[in-house]
Amino acid sequence: MLQILFDALSLGSLYALGALGIALIFGVMRLVNFAHGDVIAFCVFALLWPSTDAMAIVFAGQLPWYLLVPFVLLCGAGLSVLCEIVVFRRFRQANPATMMIASFALGFVIRYFLLMLFSSRPKSISLLPELSQPVEILGARLPLLQLITIVATMVILIGLTLFLRQTRFGLEMRAAAENFSMARMLGVRANRVIMGAFALSGALAAAIALIFGAQTGTLDIQMGASIMLMAFIATVIGGLGSLGGAVLAGFLLGAASVIMQVMLPIDARPFRDAFVYGAVILVLLFRPQGLIAARGTKERV
Amino acid sequence: MAAAASLANSTAAGAATAERKPARFALARRTILTPVLLSLLLLAIALITVMTGSRPFNQTVIDVFVRVILVVGLYIFIGNSGVLSFGHIGFTCLGAYAAAWLTINPMMKRGSLPGLPEWLLATRLPYWQSAVLAALFAALAALIFGRVLMRLSGIAASIATFAMLAMINTIYSNWESVTGATSSVVGIPIVRMIWPYLIGAVAAIFIAWAHAISRSGLALRAARDEPTAAAASGIDIPRERLVAFVVSGAVMGLGGALMAHSIGVVTPDTFYLGLTFITLSMLVVGGMGSLSGGVVGVVLLSALIQALRWLEAGVSLGESTFALPKGVQEIALGVIMIVILALRPSGLMGNRELTLPRSSRNK
Repeated sequence: MLQILFDALSLGSLYALGALGIALIFGVMRLVNFAHGDVIAFCVFALLWPSTDAMAIVFAGQLPWYLLVPFVLLCGAGLSVLCEIVVFRRFRQANPATMMIASFALGFVIRYFLLMLFSSRPKSISLLPELSQPVEILGARLPLLQLITIVATMVILIGLTLFLRQTRFGLEMRAAAENFSMARMLGVRANRVIMGAFALSGALAAAIALIFGAQTGTLDIQMGASIMLMAFIATVIGGLGSLGGAVLAGFLLGAASVIMQVMLPIDARPFRDAFVYGAVILVLLFRPQGLIAARGTKERV
Repeated sequence: MAAAASLANSTAAGAATAERKPARFALARRTILTPVLLSLLLLAIALITVMTGSRPFNQTVIDVFVRVILVVGLYIFIGNSGVLSFGHIGFTCLGAYAAAWLTINPMMKRGSLPGLPEWLLATRLPYWQSAVLAALFAALAALIFGRVLMRLSGIAASIATFAMLAMINTIYSNWESVTGATSSVVGIPIVRMIWPYLIGAVAAIFIAWAHAISRSGLALRAARDEPTAAAASGIDIPRERLVAFVVSGAVMGLGGALMAHSIGVVTPDTFYLGLTFITLSMLVVGGMGSLSGGVVGVVLLSALIQALRWLEAGVSLGESTFALPKGVQEIALGVIMIVILALRPSGLMGNRELTLPRSSRNK
C-alpha cells in the first residue's frame, strides 16, 4: 500500500515538474512549447561526450553531485533561453497554432542534432549509483531514489512558490501571466520576464532529466517525448496558465496511472493508458477550463 | 478569414436585398476554379511521373498524393473550424487497419489475426471497395468520438483530440488478436499504379471544396471568425463542427486505406505522433485557413524533403561527391519551417485560395 503511494508520488513528481515547465511559458507567452521534451533529452545527453559509439563516454556525469546538478540545470536554462532568443522572439505576435508548430519544428531540430552527435541507439549510464539502494520505511522497502525524487520535487515546488510570491521578479512574472499587455504598461520589462520564464522552465526540464536518467539508467533520444505528452495533458487539465493546477494535475495523472496499473483486471492492463486518456477526456468535458482556471485566460467578448 | 467573412457577408447581403436572389450555384461557380486548378497541379505531377517512368520516383509521388489526402482531411476540420486537432491521424489508423482487414488473403488472416469475426475473416474485397468502406468506418468512429468531443473548444478540444489519438494507438498496439499488436500486419495487396492515388487526392479536394461552400461549411467558418456573433445568429456550433469532423474523418480514413495499399504493411506507430506532426506542419506552413494552402504545403515540403534526401545520399559534382552528413536533412527541414513561419506567420498562402487573378478581382 505504501509502495503504491510512493510509486504514485514519484511518477506524479515527474509529470508535475514537466507540467510546471510548460505552464510557466504558457503563462507569459501563450505558447505551448513542444520543444520542452527535447530540452529534457538534451540535458541528459549533456552528461556525455559526443560520440556515436554504443558505449557511453561519460563526461560531465563523473563530476561529484554538487557540481553535476548545477551544471545540468545551467545547461537546461541556457538552451531554453537560447531557444527564446533565436526562435520564439520572432513569434510573439503569431497565432498559437503557428507558435505551436514552430516549437515543434525547433524540437525536431534539437532531437536530430542530438541524433547526429550521439546516434539513435539508447545508451546505458549509471548516474549516481549510490541512490538505487533500497531503504526501509514503515515496513516498506523503497529505492532511495524514489524518496529523493519526491523530496526534491517538494523542495523545488516550495522554492518556486517562494520565488514567485516573495521576490520582485516573481511578482512581475505573475503579473505578466495574468495580463501581459497591462503588465508591460505598468513597467514590467517583457524580454526580461519572458527570458526568466524560459530559464526557469529549462532548469525544470534539467531536473526531470536528472531524475529520469538516474531512475532508468538508459539514455534515449526519444525519452523526453513520453513525459512531455503527459505533462502537456496535465497542463491543460490543470487549467492552462495556472501553475498550481499544473502541479495538481501532474500528481493526479501519476496517481491515476499507478492506481489503474494495480486495480485493473489483468486482461485490461495493457490498455491502461487508454483508460487514463479516457479519464482525461471526461475531466475536460466536465471542466473544459481546467481544474483550476487561471485568471486572465477567459475569452472576452 | 477576411475572405470567409466577406463570402458570408455577400451571401447574407444577397439574401437581405432579397428582390433578386443570387443565381443558383453562384457561389459554386465563383469558387470552383480553386479545386480545378489544384487538381490540374496534381494531374501535371502525375503525368510527369508517368513520363519519366522511374520506379522510386513513382513511389515518392504516391506518398505525396497520400499526404495530400491526409492534409486536405485535416484542413476540412482545422481550417474551417479553427480548432487545432491532433487526433485525426487516429482515423487514418482506423482506415488503414480496416483496409488491411478487408483485403488480406483470408488464409493469411486466419493465421495472423485470428480474433477477427468470422464474416470479416472470410471477406476479400478489391482495394477500391475496401478504401470506400474504410472511409465509412473512420467516419462512423468520428461520429461517435465527435458527439462527445465537439462540445469542447479551443485548447481543451485540441488536447481531447490528442487523448483520442493516444487511446486509439494504445488499443491498436495491444489488441493482439485483432490488430497484431505492435508487430506489423503484412500481406496487404500493394497498388503501384499512380492513378488510384491521384483520384483519391482529387476526390478529397473536391469533397473539401463542396463542404467549404455548403451551408454547414459557411456557418462553421463564420463561427471560427466570430463565435459569439455566430452563436447569436442561430448557428449551432457543436453541430457544424461535428459535420466537419465526420467529413474530415472519412477523408482521413480514405487516406489511411490508400496509405496501407501504397506500402503494404501497417503498424500502429506509423500512425502516431510522427505522421501527426508532419501533416500538421504541412498544413500550417501552407496556410491553415485555405484549401490551396494545404495542398501547396504538402507539395512544397515533400519536394524539399526529397531534395534534402538526395543531397544526403550524395550528389556527384564533376569528380567529387557532395553529401550531407546524416541528420542534416531533418535539421534543415526544421530550420526552413521555422524561417517560413517567422516570415509568414499565417502560412505561405495566408488565407487566400489559388485562383485566376481576374475572377477574384471582379466580384
